[in-house]
Amino acid sequence: MKTIYKKLSFLLLLLPFCVLAQNTFSGKVLDKVSGQPIPGVNINVQGSTTGASTDFDGKFQLSNVKKGDMVVFSFVGYKSQTVEFNAQQSITISLEEDASQLKEVVIQVGYGTVKKKDATGAVTTLTTKDFNKGPVSSADQMIQGKVAGLQIINGGGSPGQGAVIRIRSGSSLSANNDPLFVVDGLPVAAGGVQGGKNPLSTINQNDIESITVLKDASATAIYGSRASNGVIIITTKKGKAGDLKVTYNGNIQVSDIVDQVDTLTPSQFRDIVNTRGNATQQGLMGQANTDWQDEIFRTAIGTDNNISLTGGQDNLVYRASVGYANLNGILKRDNMERSTININLVGNFLDKHLKIELNNNSSLINSNYSNTGAIGSAIRFDPTQAVRNPDGTFFQWYNSPTEINQLAGRNPVSLIEQFNNLGTSFRSIGNIQTEYKMHFLPELKAVANFGYDEMSGTGKGNTAADYLNGLPGSGYNNTYSNTESRNNKLMDLYLNYNKKVESMNTQFDVTGGYSYQDFKDSRTSSNYTFENNTTTEGLFTPTRVNLQSFFARANVTIADKYLLTLSYRRDGTSRFTEENRWGNFPAVALAWKLNEEGFLKDVTSISTLKLRGGWGITGQQDIGVSYPSIPLYLASNSTAQYQLGNTFYTTYRPQPYNSNLKWEETSTVNAGIDFGFLNNRITGSADVYRRITSDLLLYTQNPSFFGFSNYDNYNVGTIDNKGIELALDLVPVKTDNLEWRIGGNITFQNSEITKLTTVLDDTPGINVGGYAGGTGNTIQNHQVGYAPNSFYVYEQAYGADAKPIDGVYIDRNKDGVINEQDKYRFHKAAADVFYGLNTSLVYKNWDMSMVWRGSWGNFNYNNVDSNAGNYQEILLRNTDLINGVANVLETNFSSQDAKRYESDYYIQDASFIKLDNIGVGYTFNQKPNSTSLVKLTLSAQNVLVITDYTGIDPEISGGIDNNLYPRPIIYTLGLNVNF
Amino acid sequence: MKKIQIKLLGISLLLLVMLFPSCTNDLNQSPDNGNSIPGDEFFADPASYKQNLAKLYAGLAISGQTGPSGTPDISGIDEGESQYVRGFWLMQELTTDEAVMAWNDGTIKDFHSQSWTSLDRFITATFARFSFQIVNCNEFLRQTTDEKLTARGVDATLKTEIATYRAEARFLRALTYWHLIDTFGGGSLVTEDSPATFNYPDYATRAELYKFVDEELTAIAPLMKAPKTNEAYRADQAAAWMLQAKLYMNSQVYINTDKYAAAVPLLVKIVGTGYAIHTNTAKTGYNELFLADNDKNGAQNEFIFAVAFDGLHTQGYGGTTFLAHAAVGGSMNAASFGLNGGWAGIRTTSAFVDKFGANPVDKRGQFYTAGQTKEIKDIGSFTDGYAIQKFKNVDKNGVQGSDKSGNFVDADFPIFRLADAYLMYAECAARNAAGASLTTAAGYINALRTRANAATIGSLTADAAGLNLILDERAKELHWEGHRRTDLIRFGKFSDGSYLWPWKGGVAGGTQTQSFRNLFPIPANALASNNKLQQNPGY
Repeated sequence: MKTIYKKLSFLLLLLPFCVLAQNTFSGKVLDKVSGQPIPGVNINVQGSTTGASTDFDGKFQLSNVKKGDMVVFSFVGYKSQTVEFNAQQSITISLEEDASQLKEVVIQVGYGTVKKKDATGAVTTLTTKDFNKGPVSSADQMIQGKVAGLQIINGGGSPGQGAVIRIRSGSSLSANNDPLFVVDGLPVAAGGVQGGKNPLSTINQNDIESITVLKDASATAIYGSRASNGVIIITTKKGKAGDLKVTYNGNIQVSDIVDQVDTLTPSQFRDIVNTRGNATQQGLMGQANTDWQDEIFRTAIGTDNNISLTGGQDNLVYRASVGYANLNGILKRDNMERSTININLVGNFLDKHLKIELNNNSSLINSNYSNTGAIGSAIRFDPTQAVRNPDGTFFQWYNSPTEINQLAGRNPVSLIEQFNNLGTSFRSIGNIQTEYKMHFLPELKAVANFGYDEMSGTGKGNTAADYLNGLPGSGYNNTYSNTESRNNKLMDLYLNYNKKVESMNTQFDVTGGYSYQDFKDSRTSSNYTFENNTTTEGLFTPTRVNLQSFFARANVTIADKYLLTLSYRRDGTSRFTEENRWGNFPAVALAWKLNEEGFLKDVTSISTLKLRGGWGITGQQDIGVSYPSIPLYLASNSTAQYQLGNTFYTTYRPQPYNSNLKWEETSTVNAGIDFGFLNNRITGSADVYRRITSDLLLYTQNPSFFGFSNYDNYNVGTIDNKGIELALDLVPVKTDNLEWRIGGNITFQNSEITKLTTVLDDTPGINVGGYAGGTGNTIQNHQVGYAPNSFYVYEQAYGADAKPIDGVYIDRNKDGVINEQDKYRFHKAAADVFYGLNTSLVYKNWDMSMVWRGSWGNFNYNNVDSNAGNYQEILLRNTDLINGVANVLETNFSSQDAKRYESDYYIQDASFIKLDNIGVGYTFNQKPNSTSLVKLTLSAQNVLVITDYTGIDPEISGGIDNNLYPRPIIYTLGLNVNF
Repeated sequence: MKKIQIKLLGISLLLLVMLFPSCTNDLNQSPDNGNSIPGDEFFADPASYKQNLAKLYAGLAISGQTGPSGTPDISGIDEGESQYVRGFWLMQELTTDEAVMAWNDGTIKDFHSQSWTSLDRFITATFARFSFQIVNCNEFLRQTTDEKLTARGVDATLKTEIATYRAEARFLRALTYWHLIDTFGGGSLVTEDSPATFNYPDYATRAELYKFVDEELTAIAPLMKAPKTNEAYRADQAAAWMLQAKLYMNSQVYINTDKYAAAVPLLVKIVGTGYAIHTNTAKTGYNELFLADNDKNGAQNEFIFAVAFDGLHTQGYGGTTFLAHAAVGGSMNAASFGLNGGWAGIRTTSAFVDKFGANPVDKRGQFYTAGQTKEIKDIGSFTDGYAIQKFKNVDKNGVQGSDKSGNFVDADFPIFRLADAYLMYAECAARNAAGASLTTAAGYINALRTRANAATIGSLTADAAGLNLILDERAKELHWEGHRRTDLIRFGKFSDGSYLWPWKGGVAGGTQTQSFRNLFPIPANALASNNKLQQNPGY
């Protein structure tokens, strides 16, 4: 220690000599237009490592500068300036904004950021100006149709309804195909919670600054586990230094139903019963004419309001926002009430060496789920019956005044009015991230990120006392309650070294670290049966899954032209046994910035031209269950006991397990080109990729007489996904008053199963895809050489009049018998091509935008028609009547052969083009140089669908169309005020 | 500043290094409370053995670990349809003159018209259920070997008790193998010695399975508790003898060898135990056998082995809940059956009704005729064909069972009962098997007839007439208890043209069906997942 003191004091003595030989350069940097100081401007002395940056007031002080040194001032978004040092006392530099650089978006790539122009992977970033406008209430709605390779299909039109999100088709069969969501650096748990809604709706859309989609392995490999299906990084808005700014965003929305299922009209129904039914059935008809779908749907109104405050002093900036939304769905009683709070604090201490960032997104959602069973019931309920009897009670089918008809359907309006299904869920995602730039080595930075994701929810409900007149077996006065609580923790620790080695003209950005994630889930459920006065508790075991990993990445930039990224990640999961626990996920990517090359550098019309190529391996282990690899015994609950002697015993069953389960691995090869011409008036990218997933995790059949059940999880095979993504953005017109942008993206995709190991040759493969009308029967199939989830159906025979012949199918293998060996694979649900087109026009204070979306090559199984399009279904029993669909009048099907459900007649082309969003906005007179504004917008969502599909909506994830909650058209009037 | 930084760095690095091992230990996760227990922990509790045994018995009664449904034993099929008794019943009864089903669920009507294929989901479910039961019995036996028990420190008393449990597990396995032999013929022979790691089990023929069951039953009978000394619902020696007798009675069908003479001594032993036919003065003894309180109204003395159901504790959509609900429809008053409603499914053909003659006094003919026609024009209409009022959720005084909502039924389902043993003995006598006396046989038949208020027979002859009498008597006594198909096959009348009943083969008056229909097909997806299995001829 003492020697260090001696050296220090010696150095101190030397200082005066330094001063004599060199000078201090100080001054101020301002924005040329506004005259405001710019903090954080980089100041470098050319040819040396000396550097500094401006402080909060734009002031700087640079030491060790020699006369004649060239000093470069640079900052993102501004044109750099170079000044020769001539021992000026103090200097004021005015930096001018660089229009072309404004497109320099900084994107999140996991444990760091890069500029878009330096990214080596297939990455797309959307910011506030790119997001879909209108009645969006969750992150997935903001980017639908905007990113090549990203397909988002929501589950239906209920507010807060979840969506199925796929990046490049998803790579698994039974394992989770969802991409990984990262919110402010915290990978969040997949899925929601009891009593909740779409987990993405827990983040208020007004708080989102940018969404980055990482598509290929070189981008996602740094997230290793959980990243096989791509990564979507959501970054919330941060504070801006300066005076307090208040922003208000609010809207009022009106939703209306667009299309209904074509059921038989009352007169068509009467005709059928009178011609084909027997006397008893004709006597069951009523006198009314009821449109049951009209009875359960309504026009719905909703509001969504959000206020945010941002400001900051010195080194502490903050942003806080509060939001409240009350959205009603078009199904009666369907309602979601959401309150959100978002807080963000960023502090810079120790002379900008220590940065602490605190984020918190919390939300409370109260839902009234209504009863979605009413949607299916409305299609099948007798249209000749009135909603209510003359005495005010609901019409229902009874065998006698004292006995309910156990098999008949239930009055759809009574399902909504006489059942309560409510939910409350709370979610809080928060993290604190500290970044410390070492004082002795400013290029080295240590980052620690501690985060949590807590969700808890309760779903409960009850049945009315007078449901089915309170008769035995009706379930009246029964109640249920399900609770769930999930606690997830994250810790990331890493070091980052970022240095430019001038001698090699190379920038090194190296990161290495450790990540720990822990997921806990516990739930309870109880059901109270009023008639027996008993409460039955559900069986649950609290689960815990733990993931740990070690990761490292190096970004090497040579001469600002050649980019290389190498990354490696080693992940361990608690789901698998120790032998299979760890997976290794490397990735390599190269990029060449052609426009920086000598021969292109001076071609001004080319602003960006970058070739990229990458390879990497990512892993997947999320198969839903937490303990698939260890032997467990499961207890029975109180209603599944068995009596031996005089005692009822709880029984214990050994659970199926597979100790050989291991990581599913996807290896991706991606090649792409990013381009920008004419000062970025034309920008775009093209990507070609191939992803091969091996050791696919699949819940599949055991051989008979082996295994504790007939199904278990295995690593079974390989899938090959290929695709091409193209994106283009044009600004054809750009003047002072008028700007017209048009952009589009198109994705071509193809998936094929190339290996299945638990399926032997010459066998039909693995059957999946259950449907209504045949419990336990399936309509889809996985087999080698075909797309996953291909429809597996009988070939319908047609007559000379091109009408299908009832109950007759083609004997494809010509063995004289029509059985399962005559089934064949006919199309699939996944699209071959999907695309999006958006355009916006800004003229003075007006702006207009439109978003189109489409898909081609996707087919649906019309389960509504297959289940209800048959005369036998209508006249099934003598105790009650069931409505059918209009399709029965076309086909005249009446055969009861169960094969009819699986006829290829019901596999229908569902290609579509949708006008998803159209909007107009007006910004009231905005003062120049002022950030305050008042803007009014009017928009409509789900405006138009062009399709040949005969069901109510062609866009169904998974391709099985059955009782979809219809998607409404939503008109929105919005107001945005910045104070 | 620098010193502190260096110190801090050093300390944090040290901390990290120390943290890592404890952190990576967190990767070993297993449930530590709740309803799932890791395997080794489970057996540490001495009560666990009986709880595991209870699951083997429960495999006959319910379909999963949550009542009435929720955590199914078998995936990919409606849970109610995957229940053991229900699936077995459909295959044994709907295919015969005793039952028709009105429902349109999938291929369920194929049973009565004898036109099923290897894709039939009900046949697939029952095959999966047999497989499940056998594999679970094997696992129990693996976990209760002497070495394992000693290693766990199990005391001597418990060990002796577990020895009985093992014998009962072997009995249950033999029972399911017998059902497999009877319905599917061949399959795979797996025991506790079969490998526990992933493998494709070999195919075993009907003869090989028969030999296994035969040897098993001979081995375990002395290890089981003496007849009527075991607690309720647990198998005893009489059950083992009964099962072996069943095997021998049908051995002509199974292995083409007449073994009726081997069945006789077993039947004599069974008859000599404390089991007794349940009778009462009102002559309703037969009817009381299938009521909600058939575990205490005296019926339990006749049941050699029964499956327990309880409206509050053993709930499911199969078993007697299915049999009671599905048989109620038309104008029948569900409340008088202790139910909240009927499922309007099963009733019977005129061929069965006619066995009782016109105006029967025989109380075993419990037909409901109001609003029902005797002949069936449309199988899909419940009111075509007389309904049978057999399984009810009321006790002998008409009081509803324990589930007040009328959903789940208390009545137990007899797998073996003494009346069956009487008739098996009588059949052996009619077939001239050594050791069976025709006089005793006639006495047994008359005991059953007297109990049910039916006219008695004078004598039994060992000829075609006598055999016909036995076959019809079995129908009258044991209808809807899962025996009919086996009986018809043994008498050569199942697919044969010699006995036609309404809608046999899909034709109104009945028609001969293909002889390969005497066996069900191995399900297509069982063959797909293991191509060592061999399909039965004709499919």
